[in-house]
Amino acid sequence: MLSIKNLSAAINGKTILKGLNLEVKEGEVHAIMGPNGSGKSTLASVIAGRETFEVTEGEVTYLGSNLLDMPAETRAREGIFMGFQYPVEIPGVSIANFMRTAINEKRKYLGLEPMTGAEFLKLMEEKKKMVDIQSKLTNRSVNEGFSGGEKKKNEIFQMALLEPKLSILDETDSGLDIDALKVVANGINLLRRKDNATVVITHYQRLLDFIIPDFVHVLFDGRIIRSGGKELAIELEEKGYDWVKKEK
Amino acid sequence: MDNIQTTLAKDKLLALFAREEEAITAFSTPLVNRIRQHALSRFRQNGFPATSKESWRFTDLTPLLNTEFTFDFSNQSRSMDIEKIFTCDVYDLDTFSITLLNGWFVYKNAPLTKLDNGTIIGSLAKAMELYPELVDQYFGKTAKTEEHEMAALNGAFVQDGLFIHVPDGVCMEKPVQLINIVDAQQPVFLQPRHLIIAGKNACLTLVHCDHSLTHNVSFTNTVAEIFAEENAVIDHYKIQNKGRNSALVTNTYFHQKRSSKVTSNIITLNGGFTKNIVDVTLAEPDTISEHYGLYLADSNQHVDNQLYIDHLAQNCHSNQLFKGILDDEAKAVFSGKVMVRPQAQKTRAYQNNRNILLTDDAKVNTQPHLEIYADDVKCSHGATVGQLDPEAMFYLRSRGLCERTARQMMMIAFASEVVQKISIEPLRDRIHDLVEKRLKGELSICDQCVLHCNSKEPTTFNIDLSKL
Repeated sequence: MLSIKNLSAAINGKTILKGLNLEVKEGEVHAIMGPNGSGKSTLASVIAGRETFEVTEGEVTYLGSNLLDMPAETRAREGIFMGFQYPVEIPGVSIANFMRTAINEKRKYLGLEPMTGAEFLKLMEEKKKMVDIQSKLTNRSVNEGFSGGEKKKNEIFQMALLEPKLSILDETDSGLDIDALKVVANGINLLRRKDNATVVITHYQRLLDFIIPDFVHVLFDGRIIRSGGKELAIELEEKGYDWVKKEK
Repeated sequence: MDNIQTTLAKDKLLALFAREEEAITAFSTPLVNRIRQHALSRFRQNGFPATSKESWRFTDLTPLLNTEFTFDFSNQSRSMDIEKIFTCDVYDLDTFSITLLNGWFVYKNAPLTKLDNGTIIGSLAKAMELYPELVDQYFGKTAKTEEHEMAALNGAFVQDGLFIHVPDGVCMEKPVQLINIVDAQQPVFLQPRHLIIAGKNACLTLVHCDHSLTHNVSFTNTVAEIFAEENAVIDHYKIQNKGRNSALVTNTYFHQKRSSKVTSNIITLNGGFTKNIVDVTLAEPDTISEHYGLYLADSNQHVDNQLYIDHLAQNCHSNQLFKGILDDEAKAVFSGKVMVRPQAQKTRAYQNNRNILLTDDAKVNTQPHLEIYADDVKCSHGATVGQLDPEAMFYLRSRGLCERTARQMMMIAFASEVVQKISIEPLRDRIHDLVEKRLKGELSICDQCVLHCNSKEPTTFNIDLSKL
């Protein structure tokens, strides 16, 4: 589904990713772990299409197409979803209006009829239950005045509505207490299907108690320096990042 | 006076007054006519405001005065059937609706109505005839003719306008909607005058729409004196959607007594030239005064909002939030001044002006200003001029919205902070709808307030979203 080969990327002239390789197939869950500053968020941003990052080398293929040629909105319409580490507050834009517009722009892109208000409401109610989001939250402005947990739940709610093929969740567990973490993880697990894939980016092993990854990768200094199964995460938690750094 | 054109215009008006004095003064009380003479001498002395004056530095009236205007001192249209030229199509907002046509009160039944609850609503000219003591008690008490040239000019020529008196303890449940229509075949110069009084513990909602039905040149110079007695609550909404060839100067004076609350919201959707002067006197303790504004301008439109809030007593709270989006060569001016007098301890005063410029040629001059003579106060001011938040733009795009849709959504969101302050839900929804249409370039000057007009061809204006 996603194939990253020898990817290098820079921001403001500073190289962050230095020849990264990653293969993600349908039905898989990948966890990318690594210390602060290793390039985890940069990887998520480059896949989502943030223009402030410049790709200096390498290629990214998504469902057979060159992903780097597509603007951010096309990537989203093609089924890529990025869960933000710091979801942006947008006063004045209601989540319902935002999501209905997003769904209909995607449908238009795919040559489908727009969803009616009633259809959208029904879908929203269904997904609300699924990710356990309070109904009043969706009438509020996007992320405005939300707690950390509410913001992250809202990301998962958007993901549920947009039904992406490939989700990149950037530090979705950061700033969550254990209850919120369970809700978020539960949502991600429920959205897991044979025909989609998820990349979870995290600093701690904690999230992986609830989301069982098929693969764990350790990112350090812009490269994946070690890959393995879910046991790698446990090993990392016990021995710390210094262990892999030394082994490198 | 600093130039020939404005001097000529002044001399013409003075000569006109001398010629028409009998007609002009015919409907007014002796006291109002004495105040008129005072205003006239102020106008003779000060003339039109010059750009050498700080508050008019970026707003020049001169080019507007270069027109042969006509004046209507004897009201040709007073008892005509307004529906012949203007059809109201009221939505789910039930209002007490009043129309002024070319500055004169238009009525089908009575020029002045006394409701069962004692509220008097109608023509100011008629109120001067039927309730002279009431008019005399308030008229001219808060308009600053010494300081404001345009208020002096209005005071000299005052004849008619809206009069509302809500007696003590009465809550006017139905909003009063004033529709100010300009419809003339020749260039007209209008000077309506409004006197609005909410008695002790009274409440009133006034929706004031400025509307033009023709694309002819017009110049409107209004004065509204609005009094909130002890514990009164007034909501005042102004919706300005005028033709490109119209000039509008509004002078609005609020005078607030103890524990009264005023909320004002000025939405400028369209207009060739608009200057709103809002002057607030917080005369007694514990008042709340909130002033919101939104201006959307394109082509070479000019919008100027000038606020002055005078904290004369302790524990008063004032807040100003004005936001604007400017396209093409549009120009906006904001000057907000808060004066905190020595005795006004425990004052809280905030002001904020935020602007989005869509082109390099659009321009805004913003001057938030605090003058504080008390020591126990909380005040803040701020102004921003910029573009849309790129982080938020990316967030929207990352969900599949194209750049244009994302921008549109952000602009509507930017504007809606002001619109959300409107407390009447149907009105808020309607204005939200108008703002949205305006930002999408779908608004005609016939779409105004809660009304539709069916008589003239719509004219559309555009804010070009692709320029952002």
